[in-house]
Amino acid sequence: MRIKIEDLEFNYSSTPVLHDVVLDLDGAQFISVIGPNGVGKSTLIHCMNKVLKPTHGTVLVNDTDLSEMKLKDVAKIVGYVPYTSSDTFPLTVVDTVLMGRSPHTGWKPKAKDLDIVYSILKMLSIDHLADRPFNELSAGQHQKVMLARGLAQDPEILLLDEPTSNLDIRHQLEVTSILRELSLHRDMLVIMISHDINIAAKFSDRMILLKEGTIYAAGAPEEVVTADNIREVYGVDCEIMVSDGRPHVILKMPVGWEEQLKKLSMPPKEGTV
Amino acid sequence: MSRFSGLYDNSREVRNYELGLSRKVLFVVACIIMAVIALGLEICLGKAGIGFVEAYSIIWDHITGNIPTDPAGIQKDEIVWNLRIPRALGAFCIGMTLAVCGAAMQSIMKNPLADPYTTGISSGAGFGAILAIALGFCIVPGVVGYNAIVINAFVFSLIPTASIILISRLKNANPTTMILTGLGVMYAFSSMTSLLMLVADPQDHKTAYVWNIGTVGAITWDNLIFVIVAAVIAVGFMQYMAKIINILAMSDSNARALGVDANRMRIYILIVTAVTVAMAVSFTGSIGFIGLLAPHMVRIFIGSDNRYLIPASAAFGGMLLLYSDCVAKSIGVTGVPVGVITAAIGGPLFLYVLFKHRKKIWS
Repeated sequence: MRIKIEDLEFNYSSTPVLHDVVLDLDGAQFISVIGPNGVGKSTLIHCMNKVLKPTHGTVLVNDTDLSEMKLKDVAKIVGYVPYTSSDTFPLTVVDTVLMGRSPHTGWKPKAKDLDIVYSILKMLSIDHLADRPFNELSAGQHQKVMLARGLAQDPEILLLDEPTSNLDIRHQLEVTSILRELSLHRDMLVIMISHDINIAAKFSDRMILLKEGTIYAAGAPEEVVTADNIREVYGVDCEIMVSDGRPHVILKMPVGWEEQLKKLSMPPKEGTV
Repeated sequence: MSRFSGLYDNSREVRNYELGLSRKVLFVVACIIMAVIALGLEICLGKAGIGFVEAYSIIWDHITGNIPTDPAGIQKDEIVWNLRIPRALGAFCIGMTLAVCGAAMQSIMKNPLADPYTTGISSGAGFGAILAIALGFCIVPGVVGYNAIVINAFVFSLIPTASIILISRLKNANPTTMILTGLGVMYAFSSMTSLLMLVADPQDHKTAYVWNIGTVGAITWDNLIFVIVAAVIAVGFMQYMAKIINILAMSDSNARALGVDANRMRIYILIVTAVTVAMAVSFTGSIGFIGLLAPHMVRIFIGSDNRYLIPASAAFGGMLLLYSDCVAKSIGVTGVPVGVITAAIGGPLFLYVLFKHRKKIWS
């Protein structure tokens, strides 16, 4: 399994989002994409499964140009777990996850597809929710169901858009370690967008840090998560500790926070109170 | 072989799931049986003084070539064979077409308020009809009367959908843009219709008004074939697309990630909806409410999986229009347009079921 990106550029109408992205991810591994809001993380992974078409450059999946592949064939190789999913007409959890089988099946899912779906539900410990309507679940359960749907695609490559953003700490650790296990033992290339740098650094094989629409740093967690990089990209002062050989960020304050604070502590104008 | 098959023994769960499916199939079958009963009832009911059993013996006599020769017998045969049967079959087919297109529209527009007319089909048809009724104008030269209304209604009802498709080609349109475009075209047609109503002869007002409410009395053996073809295409196509319609109900990027080109599929479904609904209602006028109501009623019982929602909606919609027409033709001396009754029966029925079942079917 391999994703190779050459000179990728992406613009929404005329607003540039991504430029000069070069990336070569080869083999089963767990990769985290981090970076500030609006930097183009979601756009980048949407270019990896043809949800978006790059303005310039090419994306190769297993050495085939995505633009020459049918959507259905892409969906058989690249699985996708969205940030949120709201259904106007919710189905049960089983039927929602079963939709992940759709690139592989015809009109009617077979017993084999149901077997895969129930196995994934058990693997993620959400089999007790199988017959519940999707819209009656908690936010954390939603995210696990979406993860299950992405896995039901039985992909070599799995893309995830902030899969742990709504989870409590226990479930964050659980889901992220599941993703690492998948890359280790199920032979998958897992690419996850995350806002939690510490959890990403704890579990990832490699990390990609985006700044202003392009890759600022990429490599092992200890190479990417440095005090200098965090200050430069996020505008935040921090201290890096090392725990179990992985970098851990201790947050200080935003760069230039004194200025901001001054604005807040200004006395109100006369007559406004 | 999948990475995730054979990890656990899921035979019990798979069996339970399949049991759940057979329950849905059972509901579909029940709807079909009730629809057939409605079909029988519609044929028997009327003001000609023909009894329940008599109606069927007349049909049997007609099929076996045993048509009576006395004037009263000929008249009864004429009423049952040439008026009631086409009307019943027509109502059933139109109900099916409206209901399945409504179900599909609600999913692809991701909007529980959508129905077959959301894209403006009824306003286009209404304008075409009034053009023929008030001005005697038909876009096919030389055609007059009822045929002119039908042809105009059909052609003009396709214009709103054509505009929506055109706009979605220029601008990558999402469902909301499509609904708003439909609304824009609808208001344009409505204002022109109002203008024509103002200048029209008062005699034409009633004709136009009745047409707008919708009546199935105009279905004859001659035009029944179009209505049947529309129903076969609508039900067949939507059932074929059911799995994709399920996926289209999610966000477009989700659909693409699952290998479905959301924009293209949505447009295919819009085209089939426009053509089949136009074919069905050009003969009868825009019968409202069935397309909105039937799918929601079915959702309450079996959920929103389109593989079962679509056939069940078809049977339910056909049945609802038949029962409505049974009531419609029994009221007053001459009966009333069925469009009046669909809403009058359907509204309270819908509210009753909605409040009785507190399950959330929309989020």
